[in-house]
Amino acid sequence: MGRPRKAASATAARNRLLPEGRVAGPMPWVIAIMMFLTVLAAAGGLALNQGMLSLRSELSGRATVQIIEADAETRAQAVRKMVARLRATSGIRSVQPVDSGKLADQLRPWLGGEMDTAELPIPALIDVEFAGDGPRPVETLAKLAKSIVPQARVEPHAAFLGPLSGLVATLAGVAALLVLLMAVATGAIVVLAARGAHESHRGTIDILHLMGATDVQIARLFQRRIALDALLGGGLGLVMAVLVILLVGNRLSATGSDLLRAAYLPVWGWVVLAALPAGGVLLATLAARMTVLRALGRAL
Amino acid sequence: MGTIVQFENVGLRYGMSAETLADVSFSLDGGGFYFLTGASGAGKTSLLKLLYLAQRPSRGVIRLFGEDVVTLPRKRLPGFRRRIGVVFQDFRLVPHLSAYDNIALPLRVAGMEESEIDAPVSEMLAWVGLADRSSARPATLSGGEQQRVAIARAVIGRPEILIADEPTGNVDADMAHRLLTLFEALNKLGTTLVVATHDLPLIGKIPGAQMMRLDKGRLADPTGSLRYPPKRPGSA
Repeated sequence: MGRPRKAASATAARNRLLPEGRVAGPMPWVIAIMMFLTVLAAAGGLALNQGMLSLRSELSGRATVQIIEADAETRAQAVRKMVARLRATSGIRSVQPVDSGKLADQLRPWLGGEMDTAELPIPALIDVEFAGDGPRPVETLAKLAKSIVPQARVEPHAAFLGPLSGLVATLAGVAALLVLLMAVATGAIVVLAARGAHESHRGTIDILHLMGATDVQIARLFQRRIALDALLGGGLGLVMAVLVILLVGNRLSATGSDLLRAAYLPVWGWVVLAALPAGGVLLATLAARMTVLRALGRAL
Repeated sequence: MGTIVQFENVGLRYGMSAETLADVSFSLDGGGFYFLTGASGAGKTSLLKLLYLAQRPSRGVIRLFGEDVVTLPRKRLPGFRRRIGVVFQDFRLVPHLSAYDNIALPLRVAGMEESEIDAPVSEMLAWVGLADRSSARPATLSGGEQQRVAIARAVIGRPEILIADEPTGNVDADMAHRLLTLFEALNKLGTTLVVATHDLPLIGKIPGAQMMRLDKGRLADPTGSLRYPPKRPGSA
């Protein structure tokens, strides 16, 4: 029989000191499931956060001027006056009166088709979009609108975001908590696996100790194996989660809802998701090292 | 060479049981050949465990290479263990490693480069007559072959002390003779040999060897002087 692998690297030879067969155990599969759920939770949190930022950016540059006037003729005059003055004002990109017919259409489901909306004192609405990305001069617009038409009121669109923002912040917090819990659970699984591996290889470990192996040398063998398991499981979990995210993203786009479509993953979000398995490997390696070192420390 | 091992009033107790070893005191000189004998259960293996640092004594002082190893910090033990080779009674080969890798184990543990490992391992395999069995795993080796791998593993790191626990317990007379020849050769190279055996005729085959006899956990000669040939009851 020939001599085995003379040219094998020192690292590879030392790694053989513990028996191979790492995929045979449940560790990679458990870590794959944990990573799948972690990536989904993180993706949900990141997408919601991004959606909120997008909406805020989109809406904070807009306001609606309401002109509350019961007399239709006076209301129409006030609208014309307001539009003309606002269009002549610097810092305002566009001024667009909302068509009264559209307003009536939106009210019809509640008032019924028989109702003549022309008889109703529906406020006139004028959409205003500010120019530039700086602080929005809503207060300035409100003062200006009052000076033009005393009955005018200004509603910043961002004001509607308050409750939604709270909901999104809560959901993002829940997602972050889920990621944290998954990390703790992964760490606990690794600790159990490392203890099990330590117990099952106690004979080999005793021999290595008596040959003069240090605890760190022995712990490194376990670290490597568990890191490989975590890498394999983490990679698998990430791939599965990305497929699900792409599928869900596709379905959200198909709804045609601007609100839902605003919840997308930015490039940096994908980078964060891709980094999660690396974090998982690091966590698993550290947990394995600490567990094995602690167990070895109890022996002579 | 001076004293390499010194035991002073060493006692060993497992849990709450009676002492397995009691008041054991002796010293071994570097380069010596020592037999440790006694009936089964006399405490030979326990004494050897103290010697190869698998166990700490319950009391007493043990000095190895001039240092007190009883109070030695745990992190310094590996350095001492690398200076000691052990042939276990049950060989304790790593089952998933080939004969080659088992023999290379102490060198890899010591951090030697792979390029520096091949030559001594190959030489050792040839020396124990297993050059053609280098890829074989322990389960496929005979008892004698396993023992030779265990011996090669114990001596490849050029230990200052070689400890063998009943090395002839599982082999035939021919193999026992070959083993003793091998131990003698190592001893002549300067290695201190400590061999536990209850095979008294074997002891007589090594001229100049000294003997300690354990009886119920105590050295039969409480003065700690080492005797050869064994002092028999009724002799002068």
